[in-house]
Amino acid sequence: MRLKKNIATSDEGFIFNPGTGDSFSTNEIGTEIISLLKENKPQEIIIETICAKYDVDQNQFEKDLDDYLSQLKDYTILE
Amino acid sequence: MGKIRYERPIIQRMNTGFMNKFGTRTEFEPVTNIEGVSVKSLINQYGSPLFVISEKQIRRNYQNATRIFKTRYPKIQFAWSYKTNYMNAVCQVFHQEGAWAEVVSGFEYEKALGNRVPGNKIIFNGPDKTDEQLIAAARNNSLIHIDHYDELYSLIRLSEENNLRPRVAVRVNMDTGIYPKWDRFGFNFENGQAWNAITRIINSENLELVGLHCHIGTFMLSPLAYATATSKLCELTWSIKEKFNKTLQYLDLGGGFPSMNTLKGAYLPGSDTVPSIDQFADAITDVILGYGFKQGDLPLLILESGRALIDDAGYLLGTVIATKRLSDGRRATILDFGVNTLFTSFWYDHKVSPVESFGKHTEEMVLYGPLCMNIDIVRESITMPLLEKGNHLVVHKVGAYNMSQWMQFITLRPNIVLIDNENNTHVIRKAETLEYLELNEQVPEHLKQNSLK
Amino acid sequence: MERQLKNFGQLGNKRIVIAVTALNAIDSPGPGVAVIRAIRECPDFDVRIIGLCYESLEPGLYMHDIVDKTYQVPYPSSGTDTLMGRLMHIHEIEHIDLIIPNFDAELFNFIKLKDKLSDAGIRTYLPDLVQFEARDKIKLYEFGNKHGLTIPKDIIIHQVKDLSEAAEKLGYPMVVKGKFYDAIVANTLEQAQKAFFKIQAKWGLPIIVQEFINGTEINVAALGDGEGNAISVIPMRKLYITDKGKAWAGITLDDTSFIELARKFVKVTKWRGGCELEIMQTADGKSYIMEVNPRFPAWIYLTAAAGQNQPAAMVKMALGEKVETFTDYEVGKIFIRYAWDLITDIREFQKISGTGEL
Repeated sequence: MRLKKNIATSDEGFIFNPGTGDSFSTNEIGTEIISLLKENKPQEIIIETICAKYDVDQNQFEKDLDDYLSQLKDYTILE
Repeated sequence: MGKIRYERPIIQRMNTGFMNKFGTRTEFEPVTNIEGVSVKSLINQYGSPLFVISEKQIRRNYQNATRIFKTRYPKIQFAWSYKTNYMNAVCQVFHQEGAWAEVVSGFEYEKALGNRVPGNKIIFNGPDKTDEQLIAAARNNSLIHIDHYDELYSLIRLSEENNLRPRVAVRVNMDTGIYPKWDRFGFNFENGQAWNAITRIINSENLELVGLHCHIGTFMLSPLAYATATSKLCELTWSIKEKFNKTLQYLDLGGGFPSMNTLKGAYLPGSDTVPSIDQFADAITDVILGYGFKQGDLPLLILESGRALIDDAGYLLGTVIATKRLSDGRRATILDFGVNTLFTSFWYDHKVSPVESFGKHTEEMVLYGPLCMNIDIVRESITMPLLEKGNHLVVHKVGAYNMSQWMQFITLRPNIVLIDNENNTHVIRKAETLEYLELNEQVPEHLKQNSLK
Repeated sequence: MERQLKNFGQLGNKRIVIAVTALNAIDSPGPGVAVIRAIRECPDFDVRIIGLCYESLEPGLYMHDIVDKTYQVPYPSSGTDTLMGRLMHIHEIEHIDLIIPNFDAELFNFIKLKDKLSDAGIRTYLPDLVQFEARDKIKLYEFGNKHGLTIPKDIIIHQVKDLSEAAEKLGYPMVVKGKFYDAIVANTLEQAQKAFFKIQAKWGLPIIVQEFINGTEINVAALGDGEGNAISVIPMRKLYITDKGKAWAGITLDDTSFIELARKFVKVTKWRGGCELEIMQTADGKSYIMEVNPRFPAWIYLTAAAGQNQPAAMVKMALGEKVETFTDYEVGKIFIRYAWDLITDIREFQKISGTGEL
């Protein structure tokens, strides 16, 4: 599970997939997850990092992250 | 150090349908209280889902509507349409304000008597009145609005047999230029049926014709249709005076005024397009006043408005049970109330507000009810903040029809709470229990056991 | 013209901020870009143009010499409260003097908000609701009858079985129309029934059945002052149309009968603002008003090119200047619409899509 190499991201939460021409917008947590993915961080580290920073319990975030990653896959942003 | 407030990650493709979020902030303004009472405390105390009715708002609506009509016409009487909301507490607020009762069944008639409405202030409408009910209504001197010939002849026979002199009105249906034409209730104006019925009543020994009634439709958006209806009733009233030298006491224009809800399929929201009560009042009273009746012969104008007087006094509070993603990528939010509780979601795109405050991100979603039934959809598509399990919601303008048309189906019906003028809360109908529901059930002896272990 | 323009000295000092909608200059274009072009060409005032858009791909918002700044606004279906909230947010930043809405679907909301906008210091120059609704398709025949304007006969129906009765009254061919859009000519009952179901499925009920008028279509752009005077009237005939029935090219005409008809319409309605009359002239010289669009047409720049700059005149009137009635215009001025591939960058698209501003 890795971010496609050529995916362009910006700090404001814009994502551009040059392979398909699609643009996306994501929120603050989404931006953080994508930058962690860019650094090839494994899922456990992502969960650890976000749960340490935000007021959320781990089960809840795992569920939300699953949903988020499945969308990234649908949008062919993840390999 | 405190942690940062969490919001679940979302990603949205930038294309049409997504742009609408800018400037729509007002939709997501959290509704934290109703008439000064906190929504969360209401849910904590009375459970979720929960219907809440504002007594203040009912009184405001009633006083506003009477002021609008009374400033235009000297003789006005409202009759509370029981079927719209027949919680006794709600009916009593209207009766305290001076409204008579308008009922459409024997059960509603008894409810009105139970609310100590004098018999002569009960209007008995509808196509289904039994002989016993007709006799009782006649004895109580109620206003019986005749719907069809069978009823007319029954009433003539019963009056002769029982030596009664019932006060009656003829329900008239007519073409007012709107569609659908409600021609299933009453006697038709255009084909002369109404006039025949009137003649038959006047020629009868026992019935006393006191008024005319019509009810041209529901959620009417055209004041002009009321002007047409009024003019046709005036024409009949005038002919009755000319032919039989009889002055009618009243014209009952029925109900049908819309609330500010948005009908499904409408492009613009109801709050912008629904005509005001002023416009309906102008349409109706201009016709009667301009018809040429002598001052003393001006009929009492009766109105049976339901929806327009109660809808915005009612709220439904609820809770998010779960959120999920559908196979086509759409977001779905499952609530603890569905079409069983919020029956009017079949007709309206109800406005739904969050209770908690959220960040600026929103997403389009389907709102489902809790029923294990495919039809259980509260809103097919609505843009809302990023709701989570446990968040609360407020549905607006649910005062009309829900508390009478709701279904006890799959779940039990919830508490109804009234917030009074001093902002005290009162349960006016307790949440149903299994015991209440099984009260009238009877299980045959041989079905009381089974051998499952 | 010259003499009139000199009266506008006091406008020249201040930069006027004007918000304009309908920047969708696509194959079936909205009038916004043409309206702005006409306004910008007027030498009497200095303007800052704020674009108001619904979609992030409306071409106008990427034309930086046309609009100075664009904001996205909520769709008309979200209602006046939501729209007002967004407009007030934009107003705080931009201090808008005037809003010129150009979409049919949004006009109802803007007319409703007229007073509130005015309280906030934003002017509009729009018809009132009564004028606006009188020209609605469904009421046009009744309205024309009342005021002695020739409108094709129509019958409003709700059931397919009413078609045969309508046909007896109107005769074939007749036109079956939806309440918002679409019109199909039917020569037989079967065709009419087919059209009824097709249109009902798309636009719902009621269906309008209209007398078929055969003739030459003329379009007239008019600007009314709200007192019954038409400040400008320009008639145009389409020279060529696209497969969607939109003008591809058109030419200004010299025919006083169309001008008189438009003046009469403006007079009886006391129309305020721009409007377009779609007129059909039959072989025997009778002119029918087929439809009235309650806003400037997409070809409005032709009025400026022909010497009666209607958008600029409207700006002046909206700001309280007296504008004298135009008398002359150039006949035989032609517009030819063309497509042009504007080049922009993903960053601009992301900016408007993500932040609602560009």
